[in-house]
Amino acid sequence: MATLSTPAATAPEPASHRPAAPGRSRSLNRRTREAIAGYGFLAPWIAGMVLLTLGPMAYSLYLSFTDYDLMSSPNWIGLGNYERMAADPRLASSVLVTLKYVAVSVPGVLAFSLGVAMILNKGMRFLPFYRAAFYLPSLIGTSVAIAVLWRQVFGGDGIVNAALGTLGISGQSWIGDPDSALWTLVVLNVWTFGSTMVIFLAGLRQIPTDLYEAASVDGAGPIRRFLSVTVPLLTPLIFFNLLLTTVNAFQAFTPAYVVSGGTGGPLDSTLFYTLYLYLRGFANLEMGYASAMAWALVVVLAVFTAALFASSRYWVHYGDER
Amino acid sequence: MTATATSTDRAARDHSAGRSRPPRQIFGRRVVRNRLLVGLVRHATLIAVLTIVLYPLLWMVGASLRPGNEAFGTLNFLTSNPTLENYREGWNFGQLNFSRFFLNSLAVTTLCVIGNVVACSMAAYSFARLNFPFKRIMFALMLGTMLLPYHVTMVPQYVLFNELAWINTILPLTVPKFLATDAFFIFLMVQFIRTLPRDLDDAALLDGCGHVGIFFRVVIPLSLPALGTTALFTFINTWNDFLGPLLYLNRPELWTVTLGLNGFLDATGESAFGPLFAMATLSLAPVVGFFLVAQKLLVEGIATTGLK
Repeated sequence: MATLSTPAATAPEPASHRPAAPGRSRSLNRRTREAIAGYGFLAPWIAGMVLLTLGPMAYSLYLSFTDYDLMSSPNWIGLGNYERMAADPRLASSVLVTLKYVAVSVPGVLAFSLGVAMILNKGMRFLPFYRAAFYLPSLIGTSVAIAVLWRQVFGGDGIVNAALGTLGISGQSWIGDPDSALWTLVVLNVWTFGSTMVIFLAGLRQIPTDLYEAASVDGAGPIRRFLSVTVPLLTPLIFFNLLLTTVNAFQAFTPAYVVSGGTGGPLDSTLFYTLYLYLRGFANLEMGYASAMAWALVVVLAVFTAALFASSRYWVHYGDER
Repeated sequence: MTATATSTDRAARDHSAGRSRPPRQIFGRRVVRNRLLVGLVRHATLIAVLTIVLYPLLWMVGASLRPGNEAFGTLNFLTSNPTLENYREGWNFGQLNFSRFFLNSLAVTTLCVIGNVVACSMAAYSFARLNFPFKRIMFALMLGTMLLPYHVTMVPQYVLFNELAWINTILPLTVPKFLATDAFFIFLMVQFIRTLPRDLDDAALLDGCGHVGIFFRVVIPLSLPALGTTALFTFINTWNDFLGPLLYLNRPELWTVTLGLNGFLDATGESAFGPLFAMATLSLAPVVGFFLVAQKLLVEGIATTGLK
């Protein structure tokens, strides 16, 4: 090909379309081939997207306007499910339980993981060991085994009460008391702070030491350095962790299910929104109602995510805008 | 005071430890003593937190080794005469057959790992390296599904799998992985593939390699760390998954380990703590084991990429 085009360039008249035509068709050919390859490699994902995500989402939106119960065909009831949701006291209580859980455990996870990461960042020996040991709970925190363990840890004669007993305090069953059952799940979520901590630790290591030195020279104490150097430079990671921890907390299911024996008890005190959705959809087979609940959750999470992104321009600092 | 604290902080960082700082050598002795003290306080704090964090796990392993006649409501995790009796008793407990549950979990997990690695790496290669119409829209769509709650597709997917008569098979748990529904792993691998030099693709292209050839001969061999991460996290997520099996596997002979444990709890309540904790410990063992192995692999991965 190359040998053909060199003499063609010197002879103007016949060359004008001859080398161009194969050249263009070759590049078009290459582009087409690339597109075919692109769609070929993407084929499983496209099938999954259409069949398992977009299609089901559209179908669930439709179901949310029906009284579908898996047995008989769905009947259109308009906004019936949403109206029932507004008047459902158990739903209101599950929303409250979930909001409490998110509002307490998310800041808990963030504060705890940042605190431990800051201690670890001071050039500790055995850093890999500490990092791995703190990370481990976040890998197993949502498993049934840990939920089973939690029932014992916070049970009537669990190790929390045994520890309190040595201090002369006799505790009740924290799992069995509606006033404290939710807090045991909050503690469980904070217990899994390791993955968030690893991200913070990676961020802390990126902060240049000379910024702290400059701040000290200007007379900034440890608290001032934390607020004026560490926090601003970590805001991209705080943003990321806040988003992920919150979205995950809204969707927590297994611990509440196992700890409460699948009921959300005692007295609905651990009835997470997702657990109530599951019970409505798969214990009562109210699939229409469950779909409406799922869409309400999607809207809430979408609004939260959008609000967080919109707010980020006021408090998230990226290094390059300095 | 501030200056002392900073110099301690700085000196504690290995890279700046060797530098000499003449003005501060006046306080040399005090700095050394402070550094020791601060270091000790930090280690003590970390060990205290670590003890509280890991204590429940230690206690559980201890409880699983405790003979049935010993009390469980004790803070002590050691037992005077450890026994494996709980493991033997729990492995076949009434109707519950944990060899069955472990085999089921292993089958589901293996298929899910293969599915995720294959399908997500294919999609990631396409997004990271190839150009085709509507790519940007599809990429945005993929990112959008990363934060989508599972619950919005849970009901209609159940309806779909019910129509296909897939309830009480492992297909609803495994087939979606072969269709790259875990967008997070696609994103992870796209980010990774983007860091690979494009010259390698071009060189392979000049050597007559097609896009399939580049994928298998260039991208896959260089993406092993990302593939390993994907495989590991898919393994852990699938092994721990409870909601999926709860929805689709109703017959005890199909149960995974998580369902088996929950069934154990339902059947015995608080009456068989020893065997329950023995099975709980066993159910965590593969995850912890893989984690310990992967720790080493990760370190080695960093070491080899650093050498290049």
